[in-house]
Amino acid sequence: MPVHLHKELERLKKRILSLGAMVEERVRMAVKALDLRDAALAEKIINSDHEIDELEVDVEEECLKILALHQPVAIDLRFLIATIKINNDLERVADEAVNIAQRVVVLTKRVRLDLPFSYSLMAEKSAAMLKESLDALVNMDDDLALHVRVSDDEVDVMLNEAYDAVKHAISEHPERVGYLINLFLISRHLERIADHATNIAEEVVYLIEGEIVRHANKGLGNE
Amino acid sequence: MDKTTKMTTRNMDFYYGDFHALHNISLDFGVNEVTALIGPSGCGKSTLLRCLNRMNDLISISRVEGEVLLDNEDIYAPDLDVVSLRRRVGMVFQKPNPFPKSNFDNVAYGLRVNGVKDKAIISERVEKSLRQAALWDEIKDRIHESALGLSGGQQQRLCIARALAVEPEVVLMDEPASALDPIATQKIEELIYQLKKRYTIIIVTHNMQQAARVSDITAFFYLGKLIEVDDTETLFTKPKLEQTEHYITGRFG
Repeated sequence: MPVHLHKELERLKKRILSLGAMVEERVRMAVKALDLRDAALAEKIINSDHEIDELEVDVEEECLKILALHQPVAIDLRFLIATIKINNDLERVADEAVNIAQRVVVLTKRVRLDLPFSYSLMAEKSAAMLKESLDALVNMDDDLALHVRVSDDEVDVMLNEAYDAVKHAISEHPERVGYLINLFLISRHLERIADHATNIAEEVVYLIEGEIVRHANKGLGNE
Repeated sequence: MDKTTKMTTRNMDFYYGDFHALHNISLDFGVNEVTALIGPSGCGKSTLLRCLNRMNDLISISRVEGEVLLDNEDIYAPDLDVVSLRRRVGMVFQKPNPFPKSNFDNVAYGLRVNGVKDKAIISERVEKSLRQAALWDEIKDRIHESALGLSGGQQQRLCIARALAVEPEVVLMDEPASALDPIATQKIEELIYQLKKRYTIIIVTHNMQQAARVSDITAFFYLGKLIEVDDTETLFTKPKLEQTEHYITGRFG
């Protein structure tokens, strides 16, 4: 019986990791579409989101099945609970990639206006956090997971910078308010991706240590 | 520990002849708590259970060292009355073992052995015990029929009623539901939950989910040693030791 359970859990782990890889790819595509103002690439992200949704449902059904049939405990139980939550976060990250893509489609229809704010940097940081949180899951690395939590603060600071930059730009180009709001919303979507990556990292800490760190102070220890 | 301890083993060792079956066991059993003893076959959990009401005395080559205390009194003291001890520390076994007597006489047996002669008291105690064992409503109309006519689950509850009739303080249960179907098992588990309001319960079980469901404290044994003891909730969600984790998740051996 347990051998059977452990095979199921291995299979589940592979699925959640492949979902993670797919979602990571969507974020990279969204960042690229934003950088290049590439509407075709953005459309591709929007039109393929259903693949992520289907995989998310599959993973959740798999988790429910294992819970019902095997009633796992300890590390196996923590893995399942963490997977259910990570699955949800990954799907939301993919939604944020779609949101960014939709904004990009709007932006490409207008004359380009750049802000004194590096979207590339913020996008890279958020994407890197997602990658690190998934690496932490693959390698069961709680140090890396804790590092992601610290990075989240940096992305929050970037969001504030984007806000200031957009506010300033609106006063200079009041005729471009719609465009600029879209730009601001993109920074908000990137910040949400970083939040979900942080959630994933916190689930990894729970998985490894059995402690729920979600509402504890960040940056304890190493930082 | 902020709890009232009913029974304690302190640095207890147990031997069957040359075989050292339990090593230095120190464990507290709290009042109104269910403690589950888990571990693979041969780990000593049933042996420990039987040490708690001196059932092992029946094995001539057995030997206990260290202390086993009931309300802080050593139950292995030379002047201790074993019959009285077993009245205070009752036991329910794996297989239902009703006597080939009527339902009534089964439950009344311990009272009569203990010298209770008043029929009204006996009747009252039999009904009360059967009610506590959640069996009264099912068998009140055939109380004088043979206990062997009951189903397995009913027989086991009858045995629990028989144990309760002498008003024990501690109830030891050695895999009380392992021979029962899921519905009967559920009744026994529900019963354990009710009984802990009045008694201290110590249960040996191979069914890990059952330990998780019914107990407040779980103690994991391996090769005669107490490996880890903790709140059941903690032990089944984040055990401290890898050995425990491996056992409860089935990654053993």
